[in-house]
Amino acid sequence: MEIPFNVKERPDTGLYNGKLGVWFFLASEVMLFGGLFSAYIFLRNGVEYWPHGTDYLDVPLATLNTLFLISSSVTMVMSWASLKLNDFKKFKLYCGVTLLFALAFLVVKYFEYSAKFAHDPPYLPSTNNFLGIYFTMTGLHVLHILGGMLVIGYYFGPGSKMWNTEPERFTNRIEIVGLYWHFVDLVWIFLFPVLYLL
Amino acid sequence: MSPEEVKHHIKTYIIVFVALMFLTVVTVAISYLDIGVVPGIALGLFVASIKASLVACYFMHLIDERTTIYWTLIATAISFLILIFLPIGAMLAQARVY
Repeated sequence: MEIPFNVKERPDTGLYNGKLGVWFFLASEVMLFGGLFSAYIFLRNGVEYWPHGTDYLDVPLATLNTLFLISSSVTMVMSWASLKLNDFKKFKLYCGVTLLFALAFLVVKYFEYSAKFAHDPPYLPSTNNFLGIYFTMTGLHVLHILGGMLVIGYYFGPGSKMWNTEPERFTNRIEIVGLYWHFVDLVWIFLFPVLYLL
Repeated sequence: MSPEEVKHHIKTYIIVFVALMFLTVVTVAISYLDIGVVPGIALGLFVASIKASLVACYFMHLIDERTTIYWTLIATAISFLILIFLPIGAMLAQARVY
């Protein structure tokens, strides 16, 4: 059975189904992270003293990670644009670079977390509310990075075969993977100042 | 979308990329300003909102999207605001009790 409207737009929504589905999913993601931002406000305002991010966190490393994620967002959208221009080789290049930036983000995060655990006494989620919400929010964000890498990696590798048989459908898939990836970048754009700088 | 339109989009992506890099530096610089906690938070979040708008409008193409998505996002934004203002409402209620 053929799945309808995965290339052509549905007349009533003006969108192909996958795109609308991803936007609904992103709406649920806004609520997921929104709940945690809400908890952050609640925790921060409920105490007399709230530590500054620099008391516990490494701002230069987080700035580097911000630059990695922004760069990965650009290469992701460029991989979609390459497909629109029928340039599969450039798609592969940009997609690969996106994965490398994502990996770089995770490596930096690994060093950041390791430094917290190695500190004497160790900085753990149970140490205080600041570190609790820091590990919860950044941990959830890291899980989203891992999920994104899995999907981008699939379309960079075995999933890219679809380009030979259904190029338009493949281009649409890259567009909606990109929407998810940009959302992950967008969350970090707020996490960075909220946790590290303010 | 024609190849010419895509090429025009690519130019926009590069400009947005440079703007995002610059605003990241601005965000970090703001944290070193001695302007007090509340103005610091307000300014930091304002710059973050500009960055987020750039990503949403240009990388996610929200600047030129279908009405269905705009309605979905309006519903999401209302729900999100309720979620964010819940703790503030709770704090105000608590302040009235004590």
